[in-house]
Amino acid sequence: MSDVDTSPPATPKAIDAVPLRHPWRWVAAVVIVVLVGLFLYGAATNEAYKWHVFRQYLFNERVLTVGLVNTLQLTIYSMILAVIFGVILAVMRLSPNPIFKATAWVYLWIFRGTPIYVQLVFWGLIPVIYSKIQIGIPWGPTLWHFDLQAISFPFILAILGLALNEAAYMAEIIRAGISSVPEGQTEASIALGMSWGMTMRRTVLPQAMRVIIPPTGNEVISMLKTTSLVTAVPFTLDLFGITSREIAAREFEPVPLLMVASFWYLAITSIAMVGQYYLERYYSRGASRKLTTRQLEALAKAQTTAAAPGGGGEGS
Amino acid sequence: MSTATTPMVKAESVCKNFGALQVLKGITLEIGRGEVLCMVGPSGSGKSTFLRCINHLEQISAGRLYVDGELIGYKERGNKLHEMSPREAAKQRRDIGMVFQHFNLFPHRTALENIIEAPIHVKGVKKDLAIERARDLLDQVGLSAKADAYPAQLSGGQQQRVAIARALAMNPKLMLFDEPTSALDPELVGEVLEVMKKLAAEGMTMVVVTHEMGFAREVANHLVFMDGGVVVESGPPREVLSNPQHERTKAFLSKVL
Repeated sequence: MSDVDTSPPATPKAIDAVPLRHPWRWVAAVVIVVLVGLFLYGAATNEAYKWHVFRQYLFNERVLTVGLVNTLQLTIYSMILAVIFGVILAVMRLSPNPIFKATAWVYLWIFRGTPIYVQLVFWGLIPVIYSKIQIGIPWGPTLWHFDLQAISFPFILAILGLALNEAAYMAEIIRAGISSVPEGQTEASIALGMSWGMTMRRTVLPQAMRVIIPPTGNEVISMLKTTSLVTAVPFTLDLFGITSREIAAREFEPVPLLMVASFWYLAITSIAMVGQYYLERYYSRGASRKLTTRQLEALAKAQTTAAAPGGGGEGS
Repeated sequence: MSTATTPMVKAESVCKNFGALQVLKGITLEIGRGEVLCMVGPSGSGKSTFLRCINHLEQISAGRLYVDGELIGYKERGNKLHEMSPREAAKQRRDIGMVFQHFNLFPHRTALENIIEAPIHVKGVKKDLAIERARDLLDQVGLSAKADAYPAQLSGGQQQRVAIARALAMNPKLMLFDEPTSALDPELVGEVLEVMKKLAAEGMTMVVVTHEMGFAREVANHLVFMDGGVVVESGPPREVLSNPQHERTKAFLSKVL
């Protein structure tokens, strides 16, 4: 250790080694390609798939304008409601107020503890359980009343059912996100004179987003598929209802119409995944010390100028 | 309320308990306008807690604490103290800048965005004016080239200088420093102290919790040595550091000097 060379470093040639070979990767690739090929050949030639029926109904007007549109609406509306309720529940759970805390806990306990299908059946029965909504003084005069049985609203009930269930899961995701932001961030904001609400909005939630977005993306995709359960309400005009109940029952062709439904579910999921990628990238800004390509180029250029005689040091 | 003779900070027997634990056992001191007070002492002596009481990050349990003649955290009505609403407390904190040991910059905002955040959203300053002022401040702390860097891309010393600029952007009448150099590599300590010296020379009132005795000797008007939640010794820094009267002060200084 005592013999340390302090003379200016020589620059040796870059290493040019023989790369390690991976023969088993090639074997695995060949086996999998053969198996996939066999499956595809089988699927293409198997009569039961009825590809001509699949093609006939893939862009069917009723599938697209009713089924797909309703499924998308169910997903989007119920997710928006779920996020709003979820934020409220998460804030309630983190609140110092014991009543809020307990209320949120009981809500989560019930809505996470019972199956979504059962909840949706319940929501369908709401007009039976509560036939009228009355606003007034309890045991006193009624000021306003609304007859639930007079209108049919399975679509709204389906959204409410999906949203209230999802809110319980979103609340936990948002709570985890908020808890992941270090206390120093809240302290710094408060010390700058920010109110609690502004601290949440400007400092905590934007940082919590990095933790909240990935699982929320999963929840959106999961919600898209869960909408196929709204038949329990019963609401039957979603993608699955239209293809598999309406058309398949009429044409006696369940397999190709299931393929049609799967195709569209998969298509929307793929689009959602792309959106999720960009959202994640946006909310992770500042999270890494890794420099962007442009910043690296600028630094490399600065290094070359600094190395040249008369060049300056680090420009801090 | 405030006149030129009102002390900037006035503490009368300030006590702070966390449950049964007594952290501050009656701190009485005054800091005049434009003065720099350094607080030293072993960890757990209560110096950081006292600092956090000054801007009401901690609520005091007994005594009175005034900043610029204004009671902190409470309102006095008749003979009774009433707890302040969060909104009123936030208003008091606007005029008191704070710099933390671990910087606590907002990681999702660039250096410039960190500095303009509170002026725009708390004080309602116009964005272009806030940016102009932020560039000035970055220049003052020697970081005008780093305006668009995220905190994670800055060294500890640079982050702390941005944090100081962020606090100054609110035009505070008082600056609190909570061990501002304790989390820094030794070679980065100097650049932060340099900025603080400049600030003191410009007449900013500062309360600094620190282990940098050299800084205390050079810059502070007043040095307070705390131990076990009480002020053990205080006076001009040269006197306290070179001729400590109290045994505990002597024991502490023999270890850090």
